Amino acid sequence: MNANANANANINANAKATAAPPLLTVRGLKVVVGGRHILHGVDLDVAALGTTALLGRNGAGKTTTVRGILGLVPRTGSVRLDGEETVHLATHALVRRGVGYAPEDRGVFAALSVAENLRLAERPGAGEPAYGLVYELFPELRTRARQAAGTLSGGQQQMVAIARTLLNGNRLIIADEPTKGLAPKVVAEVARVLERAAETVPVLLVEQNLAVVRRLARYCAVIADGRTAHRGPAAGLLDDPDAARRLLGVGHAHPHTQPHARPPAHPGTVQDQEAEA
Amino acid sequence: MTTATEPRGNARTADPHLAGRAGPLRRATRWWPAALLAVLLVAPYSALPLPGLLDGPIGSPGNLQLLALCLVFGALATGYDLLLGRTGLLSFGHALYFAAGTYVTNTVMLEAGLPFAASAVLGLLAGVALAALLGAVSLRVSGIGFSMVTLAFAQAGSILVQRDPGGVTGGEEGRAAPADRLPASLVGIDHTANLYWIALAYLVLVLAVVHWAVRSPTGRVWEGIKENERRVEMLGLRPYGFKLIAFVLAGTLAALGGIVYLLLTGGATPQTTTSDFTLSLLVMVVLGGSGTRWGPMLGGVLYTWADHRLGDLAGSGAVAGLPAVLRVPLSQPLFLLGALFVAVIYLLPGGVVRLPRRLRAARTPRATPDREEAPAP
Amino acid sequence: MSTVVLLVLTGLGLGALYFLVASGLSLIFGLMDVLNFAHGALMSIGAYGTWWAASGRLPGAGPGGLGFVLAVAFGTAVGTAAAVVLELAVIRPLYTRPREQILATVGVGLAVPALLSAIWGADARPFPAPDALSGTFGLLGAQVPLNRLVLIAAAVIVLIALKVFLGRTRHGLVVRAGVEDRAMVTALGTDVRKAFTLVFAIGGAAAALGGAIGGLYFGSVDPEQGTSLLIFAFVVVVMGGMGSLTGAALASVGVGLVQQFANYYTTDGLGDLAVVVLLAALLLVRPRGLTGRLA
Repeated sequence: MNANANANANINANAKATAAPPLLTVRGLKVVVGGRHILHGVDLDVAALGTTALLGRNGAGKTTTVRGILGLVPRTGSVRLDGEETVHLATHALVRRGVGYAPEDRGVFAALSVAENLRLAERPGAGEPAYGLVYELFPELRTRARQAAGTLSGGQQQMVAIARTLLNGNRLIIADEPTKGLAPKVVAEVARVLERAAETVPVLLVEQNLAVVRRLARYCAVIADGRTAHRGPAAGLLDDPDAARRLLGVGHAHPHTQPHARPPAHPGTVQDQEAEA
Repeated sequence: MTTATEPRGNARTADPHLAGRAGPLRRATRWWPAALLAVLLVAPYSALPLPGLLDGPIGSPGNLQLLALCLVFGALATGYDLLLGRTGLLSFGHALYFAAGTYVTNTVMLEAGLPFAASAVLGLLAGVALAALLGAVSLRVSGIGFSMVTLAFAQAGSILVQRDPGGVTGGEEGRAAPADRLPASLVGIDHTANLYWIALAYLVLVLAVVHWAVRSPTGRVWEGIKENERRVEMLGLRPYGFKLIAFVLAGTLAALGGIVYLLLTGGATPQTTTSDFTLSLLVMVVLGGSGTRWGPMLGGVLYTWADHRLGDLAGSGAVAGLPAVLRVPLSQPLFLLGALFVAVIYLLPGGVVRLPRRLRAARTPRATPDREEAPAP
Repeated sequence: MSTVVLLVLTGLGLGALYFLVASGLSLIFGLMDVLNFAHGALMSIGAYGTWWAASGRLPGAGPGGLGFVLAVAFGTAVGTAAAVVLELAVIRPLYTRPREQILATVGVGLAVPALLSAIWGADARPFPAPDALSGTFGLLGAQVPLNRLVLIAAAVIVLIALKVFLGRTRHGLVVRAGVEDRAMVTALGTDVRKAFTLVFAIGGAAAALGGAIGGLYFGSVDPEQGTSLLIFAFVVVVMGGMGSLTGAALASVGVGLVQQFANYYTTDGLGDLAVVVLLAALLLVRPRGLTGRLA
């Protein structure tokens, strides 16, 4: 009960804090893969400004939520982008409305060169691609333009993935665990870039590294067992040890010690199913 | 007949409200397989003509031969579905085990001079051994890789047979079975009825074996493998062994079918070794309804009948009068069957065996929708 | 020596034919996970289209000179159109059902040769060969039929054209990316289904061209020609690696040469057998190469 009251209070605070209507409104998002319900109804708002973090324990359904929003898995419910219902749209049609996506496994085409990876993200008719911005943020990508992306380090591959979202004048950037498996120095760099991107484009960030969340996210939503368990300001959740432990399964305080690597997925968890799907 | 053993695709499981409405009728229809079997048993004595379906009276040797072929292929398709519909294995090499039964039996009779019974036992054993050996190898890969490996092995067998090593297989011509090695009651046009009964017995045997196997604990694991192989692994079972059992059982049934086919057609022909032969089995199964009890049999019978009769019909007056645009395609049963097959994949997922149920569902909109038929978006 | 030269060039010619069929097969499987059992039928359509046009039924086309070039172009165009129709009408509605896609191509693969033999008969028809291409030429003491060279040249041109297409154009980029990760291509805002149709068109064109020129090699056309070649094209695709053009080219050469030499120097048929057994062995040794995404 306490949790509910808490959540409601947070939502109210959220509503007060954001004057502008949310950019992305997700209501009752359900995903069924292979006859199994993975999402039972996720509600989520992405604020029109700044970063909104999508949190939850391993296997809670965060990645499936993102894939559901994008239409990469069959889904029902409502996904409104700037007021327009998109749940019936094919993935590419939604993306062309101005969504940049950096997936969990980075989605870099290993056999293609860095330049080709970027070129693939260009959208004909969406204006001049912002190579200036990309090369300013990631000068390395210019020098490695002809290198096969598969030979890059994990951090460099993540840069390619993020660069692809920055190339177009997107209205929304979705980044799924962009710091996963990266060295601390690279994590800081990725966070810096996302912070800068979020100044102009709202970001939906799936993240396990709570230090990064604390630094970037203004709002957050927590998924548990395929449902939205909490919505509100990110700082409010992170500063509440009880709520953090209950919702995220982490002790408060030392987010820096949060391991980046996931524990091995348990059989039958959502992670597993996502891999199959 | 509990839903636990046959939850999918059995024409008799669902529709509880229908059962309430037409209880006696349902009870009566439960006995239709027995009634059909009785009819099939006495068919050779019948002089009844089936105009359009058959040419002349049912009991004529030509028609009995065709009916027997229909039964054999109905049984073969049922055995093949043990892999495709029950275990989810797409094998492109089933012809190999069928041909092993035919060719080994025939060759042993011809070359070693053994009597038919002994040769048939050897032929069957050869089929079993081949299925066990090649199945054990093929099943090391899964998915489309398995399909390709089985295709490769069957193709190797086909090439071998057609090249006629040492004059043993007869090459492109095939070889006729030696009449002097066969029991007199199985030779000659006067004894077609005996061959027909053997084919019928083979069909009943295959149906019984498949029915029994699918209901056995192993059969439940097969179903699990078909649904989700990883989940079976999580239960601590090794799918490999179970898949191999299915493969060897299906291969054994096919080899037995090859022996029946040898008797029926009086020889071994290389056409039965080709990948086209396997593909036609695949078409039969999907046409009738993969994973159902009667579907593959129905598909096999339909396919064989159409393959033999449509050509004759095309030559008949009714079709000959049609314009060339219609007449030419109608003269090729394989074209019609291929087109029908594609149409069934689209319009009738689950095969012809689902047709009555679909019509019923269309008539009574309140009927519980068939979960399986809901197409993925 | 002359025998070796003849065998090499015949093997290369056969390999060229395999490549024309396998290149499309490989791209289609690589991009769409569809093992196209109707690919041999597309080849047959190309062969019959060319034969039909070259037999004087198409105005301007004929068995010699420019008329033959026009006939080959016509056959290739018909095969391309058939491939596009196949993708749009048969494959596309089944995108969410991969196994049914394969089954549907099996159905088409059975129906098309049957239709061809319904229209033009099941027997082989002599294929018109232009005088310019029907002779032989002397090379290191061997008299090599010219049509081997035509096949090899066609395969090389197709290989180069495909390389340029894949490497230099945006559509080619989408195809290469789609072979790696289809979903990610759509998530970057590109409708990958257009690439599916394109790849089918390209594969159909190459196979139909193979059928058209294959008629020269075999000297006749029959409805089952394409289908009987399909299995060797599968071997090539698996050996070369799904979706890899260079791999398919190398494997084509290897398979064609092995087949010719083994058939000549050992028993006839042993070469075919060796190649098929090689397919099984390869799949067993490195199954991930083929089943990585499908298993």
